[in-house]
Amino acid sequence: MMDISTFFQHLTNGISLGSLYALVAIGYTMVYGTLRLINFAHGDVFMMTTYFAFYGVATFMLPWYVSFILAIILTAALGMLLEIGAYRPLRDAPKISIMISAIGASFLLENLAVVLFGGRPKAFPTVNLLMDSIQLGSVSIQKLTFVIPVVTILFLVGLLYLINHTKTGMAMRAVAKDYETAGIMGVNVNKTISQTFAIGSMLAAVGGIMWGLKFPQIAPLMGVMPGLKAFIAAVIGGIGNIKGAVIGGFILGIGEIMIVAFLPSLSGYRDAFAFIFLIVILLFKPTGITGEKIAEKV
Amino acid sequence: MKQKKTLLTVIAILVLFLGVFWADQTLDSYKMRILNLCAIYVVLGLSMNLINGFTGLFSLGHAGFMAVGAYTTAILTMPDVVKGQNFFMVPMMKPLDTMHVPFFLALLIGGIFAGVVGYLIGAPALRLRGDYLAIATLGFAEIIRVVFTNLQSITNGALGLKGIPESSNIWWTFGVAMVTVLFIGSLINSSYGRAFKAIREDEIAAESMGISLFKHKVLAFTIGAFFAGVGGGLLGSLMGTIDPLMFRFFLTFNILLIIILGGMGSITGTIISAFIITIGTEALRFLDESMTIGNLVIPGISGLRMVVFSALLMIVVLFFNRGIMGTNEFTWDRLFAKFGKKPLVKGGNKQ
Amino acid sequence: MNLLKVENVSMIFGGLTAVKDFNLNLNQGEIVALIGPNGAEKTTSMLAVSGILKRNPGSVYFEGEDISSTEAHKLVKSGISQVPEGRGIFPNLTVLENLSLGAYLRNDREQIKKDRDWAMDLFPRLRERSGQIAGTLSGGELQMLSIARSLMARPKVLLMDEPSMGLAPIVVEEIFRIIKYLNKENNTTILLVEQNALMALLVSNRAYVLEVGTIINEGPSQDLRKDEAIQKAYLGI
Repeated sequence: MMDISTFFQHLTNGISLGSLYALVAIGYTMVYGTLRLINFAHGDVFMMTTYFAFYGVATFMLPWYVSFILAIILTAALGMLLEIGAYRPLRDAPKISIMISAIGASFLLENLAVVLFGGRPKAFPTVNLLMDSIQLGSVSIQKLTFVIPVVTILFLVGLLYLINHTKTGMAMRAVAKDYETAGIMGVNVNKTISQTFAIGSMLAAVGGIMWGLKFPQIAPLMGVMPGLKAFIAAVIGGIGNIKGAVIGGFILGIGEIMIVAFLPSLSGYRDAFAFIFLIVILLFKPTGITGEKIAEKV
Repeated sequence: MKQKKTLLTVIAILVLFLGVFWADQTLDSYKMRILNLCAIYVVLGLSMNLINGFTGLFSLGHAGFMAVGAYTTAILTMPDVVKGQNFFMVPMMKPLDTMHVPFFLALLIGGIFAGVVGYLIGAPALRLRGDYLAIATLGFAEIIRVVFTNLQSITNGALGLKGIPESSNIWWTFGVAMVTVLFIGSLINSSYGRAFKAIREDEIAAESMGISLFKHKVLAFTIGAFFAGVGGGLLGSLMGTIDPLMFRFFLTFNILLIIILGGMGSITGTIISAFIITIGTEALRFLDESMTIGNLVIPGISGLRMVVFSALLMIVVLFFNRGIMGTNEFTWDRLFAKFGKKPLVKGGNKQ
Repeated sequence: MNLLKVENVSMIFGGLTAVKDFNLNLNQGEIVALIGPNGAEKTTSMLAVSGILKRNPGSVYFEGEDISSTEAHKLVKSGISQVPEGRGIFPNLTVLENLSLGAYLRNDREQIKKDRDWAMDLFPRLRERSGQIAGTLSGGELQMLSIARSLMARPKVLLMDEPSMGLAPIVVEEIFRIIKYLNKENNTTILLVEQNALMALLVSNRAYVLEVGTIINEGPSQDLRKDEAIQKAYLGI
């Protein structure tokens, strides 16, 4: 069996990974809650952040904190652009069309990245003070591993405050439920949806930067798997529910690390676990952990 | 009258036969390969259109079925020596290493396996609605791919299989494509087909008419999976090598593009767009490579071709929702109506 | 003073004419009713007025201004508030939040609070449940919430779409009592679309009768109540 310090290391890694999934999952769940759309391009938006940050440091010689903040802002803008260009025109079209548009947008971003940035992986800028390790008893853990969940929780608290205690947040919740009636109340539905995308993309951007710090190799297709897994996390937690997305993220992150830790022979199947989780949840409780039972629509 | 129409169809098939014969004699191997690919994509497109276009099920797992078919066919047709060469890291599992069947049988078995997988996936997954079905099928396809990447002794894992005998030739591909068109065409025109379309249009209404939703969905899914498996087998034996990376979501996306461009409820549309996309992919290859115009060398940018295709998909879905043919088909009646003759129906009225 | 004027509006959906040559006038301080059987496209007409469905062809004027192409969400600013069919309450928000949403475009916090208190005085049941999630309210309470919410915008005109729908008779009476009160004491101008012809004719000043998409009768409600054809068709006499 594994000793306690190794277990602890795995656990902290799992929590870290889970935080990253949670940040990206929130974006999926907010968009799905509002538009009933699986934003396939969300994972690729996450990828673009890492490139924005990279070029900020490498080409424009900006200090890392400036580059990171700029990258986040640019990503939020990208998210809004995506909504205006690919989703808004199809808001009243059959559901399948908007989903196909999302898939198309995803591939477009991936291939655009290949064309603009080149297919070969690049090295994400490193931030030295986060790379140092701290000693906890017999275990040595990177500072970054702690920073990630802390940052995640801070953003989460901020987001929940926004959603539940501000007028903007209330408008978002109203639009998510029934955008037509919200419009009758005077809510600018388009603006509210844009805000939803901006916030979701911004959180994914934060996740992207921390991902880049933790796994410094960036490539055009790097967003595919994490994106899919984050989406699965959102489904597991209950799609449309922000707290659910976070719960799902942690379950998936910790689960993935732990399963591979305890059953190293199955490590090749690491990616499959998320999908197996997904299938299981869809078959037994499709509305997810926080979901209510959906009545059969007659 | 029906006899006249059947006669016309037979003549058309003969013309096609002659065309294929001519192509086989005249065209170079590069062009032949493209034609082969076109036919294979007709099969793949139709198999997906049956599920997504005609029955209205949003399934994104097609690449999984193709993988099953491709690997099965490859394993059953590769000579023992080649197998030994491939499986140098981990020896192939017995009795697969000496198993060998004729090409036709290999394709059929590949299709059947894929169909069985389709059934196993469909039974649980088809209870889910819309978006959930899409990600469930996507999930299953990915699981299949990851499993194949890890079953070193059966699939040779990430190394893939090389040296698959290139049994696909123009007769096979066009032949299978023809059979697929005829089969799916008649399926669509049968009571099953009508049930599929009813399910697509309005599930609740279909159910109240006595159509068993589940039974029909699973049927469409399984048949679609079967043909996807056959298509996968043909693809493998055309390319000569397969590996798990070939069967990523990207492949499903390609076929999705074909059926959307052609019109999701149209067999004719799928045939046309399969040719357009396959030929177009080749034609646009120049975007990825350098061009020399006079004295100017314009460097190629790898991936530009795919950018064009993604943009194309977006444009089609944003502006030309219905694709080339929408839900229309090419029929002899329509052709004659266009030329002002009376339709060939019993007791047709003068127009 | 004429507040709302609907001129020659027709609503055509894919070749089918649902509403034809719809003309309507609403003056300050009135309650005008639009009655007719189910399927008379009364709600379609209402949606045409409220801008949710595009009117083609025809025009709608509010306070003299052409609002024919104004989008629905801008109408609140102009002074038109709606109580939609089916209440349109957000079940995932609290009663208080739903009310606040009605005042979404207003910025005068103090006054909004006062108006909220006034609304809850008007509907004491809402005060009792102010912190509750709206999804837990009964049908009658939802209707009250919907009306209260629409008043939060301090509208010049209130469009009410089938307020009695799905409510028990005793609750319907209370709702109409409130409608009458709002008009008399608060001077709210109301355009009322109703299937319950009796109630509608009792509470309104004037009414239009819409059958199969066309106005077949109009006039003072008192007179329409005495009209034999109307009595037979809608009043069960």
